[in-house]
Amino acid sequence: MLSPQIRENLKSASFIVLMFVAWEVACIVFHISPIVLPRPSAIFSTLFTQMPALWPHILQTLATTMVGFALGMVIGVALGVFVGVSRTAYKTAYPLLVGFSSIPKVAVVPIFVLWFGSGTVPAVLTALTTCIFPIVVNVATGLATTEPEMEDVLKALGASRMQVLWNVSLPRTMPYFFASLKVAVTLAFVGTVLSETVASNFGIGTVMMMATSSFDVPLAFAGLFALAFLGIALYSVFAIIEQRVCGWANRKQEFAMG
Amino acid sequence: MTATTAPAEHGGARIAQLEDVKVRFGKGDNAFLALDRTNLTVRPGDFVAMVGPSGCGKSTILKLVAGLLRPTEGVVFVAGREVGAEQVGIGMAFQNPTMLPWLTIRQNIMLPLKIVKPYSDTFGRDKNTVFRDRADALLAKVGLTGFGDRRPWELSGGMLQRANLCRALIHSPKLLMLDEPFGALDQFTREELWAVLQDLWMETKPTVFLVTHDLREAAFLASRILVMSARPGRVTEDRAVDFARPRTLETTFESEFTDLTNDLRRLIFAARQGVEKA
Repeated sequence: MLSPQIRENLKSASFIVLMFVAWEVACIVFHISPIVLPRPSAIFSTLFTQMPALWPHILQTLATTMVGFALGMVIGVALGVFVGVSRTAYKTAYPLLVGFSSIPKVAVVPIFVLWFGSGTVPAVLTALTTCIFPIVVNVATGLATTEPEMEDVLKALGASRMQVLWNVSLPRTMPYFFASLKVAVTLAFVGTVLSETVASNFGIGTVMMMATSSFDVPLAFAGLFALAFLGIALYSVFAIIEQRVCGWANRKQEFAMG
Repeated sequence: MTATTAPAEHGGARIAQLEDVKVRFGKGDNAFLALDRTNLTVRPGDFVAMVGPSGCGKSTILKLVAGLLRPTEGVVFVAGREVGAEQVGIGMAFQNPTMLPWLTIRQNIMLPLKIVKPYSDTFGRDKNTVFRDRADALLAKVGLTGFGDRRPWELSGGMLQRANLCRALIHSPKLLMLDEPFGALDQFTREELWAVLQDLWMETKPTVFLVTHDLREAAFLASRILVMSARPGRVTEDRAVDFARPRTLETTFESEFTDLTNDLRRLIFAARQGVEKA
């Protein structure tokens, strides 16, 4: 007998497999050229056979993303606390942040290249700037949602601002923070690969660029798949940490909101 | 920091005093007087209930004494010192129990010990021994034995409000501020909690300010009832309540009790009529 949990998981896994099967079948039935849309089997076999060549690029992209993400996390939390705690900072920084996040990052990459040359540095910076916004917004929102009654209770007891922050506001912010990390880590990948496709000679983005220009579409898709796997893996890591650290916030629904 | 001391006390100690206090909210055209020239002296161990039409400044008085709000004019003294200069560790409970969901009920209740001196000095050492026992003893008194390790979301509204009372009282405050603590509960739970609160109060006799819209609640619990007029708030009636304690639900059926609540109802009704004419 299978537990309902396992059955549930099997069901969703089989649907995912089914989707790939449908893709495969569609490619065969409609005679779709591999240059337009390769079959999943071809993509997976390319991914497998090319792995030795792809691996250093995957590591490069992963490392760049993690550095950009880590920096984004540190700066994002600092900015978020700043914006969330001070009303003036909120009013000053918020429009700036919204404005900055509205700029397509593809437009920023050339500027970074101009400043730092092509390579890893602009990729790290693009990852950072792409992933920072949700972190800042969520940390600031979390801090701002402290119940006024709770604050009154603590102030009447004689608590200092730091004590309120430490005992109530920061723990209350944790679910928002982790929800933003899950989103931010996938965004960081987008930033890295974006920069790699424009200005680098290493990393999955570069591989995909070169593959498409030589019409090696299965390899380009293999790169996409590698990215997707990395994204899912890192998302899961943060989802698990989130569950450990602030399971109290998701007691009702099984899936946290992104 | 120089805290102004209260004027020389003549006869009877006082724990809280409002002198010619006015509170104005808002600015310009939107400004309004929430509390008009109010004088009030509260003796230690008083159980003061404040009733009146909504928006009459009941909670404003509570916040003034708790030091959460500064008067626009006048002075507020608490325990002989001007409020705001130094806090005295006032216990507080609102209608919303605001238990922190990432802590157990016991940890929630012990939170004031982490903040109020002298407890906070030894919190690290005592939290698993003395303070823990203290929290459990208090939980037992409100009928929550064995719930210390539960999380807030596992408790019903009435149970959370019991825990809320524990949190407000764990550090044996001299002053207890209750802002419609039972407002969101059903009638039966509410009446049960009146008795619980009365028992807790009779043990240590803290000074209590209770804001309520339930006149029976005020008459059941208070030793003194302040009736307030509609905005701008003023104390229009200051009445001592001297039914013998412990009061029980039977007390509420006695004619003196019903006379008192009817009197209060009339006074508040008159205050509301005043608003409509204005």
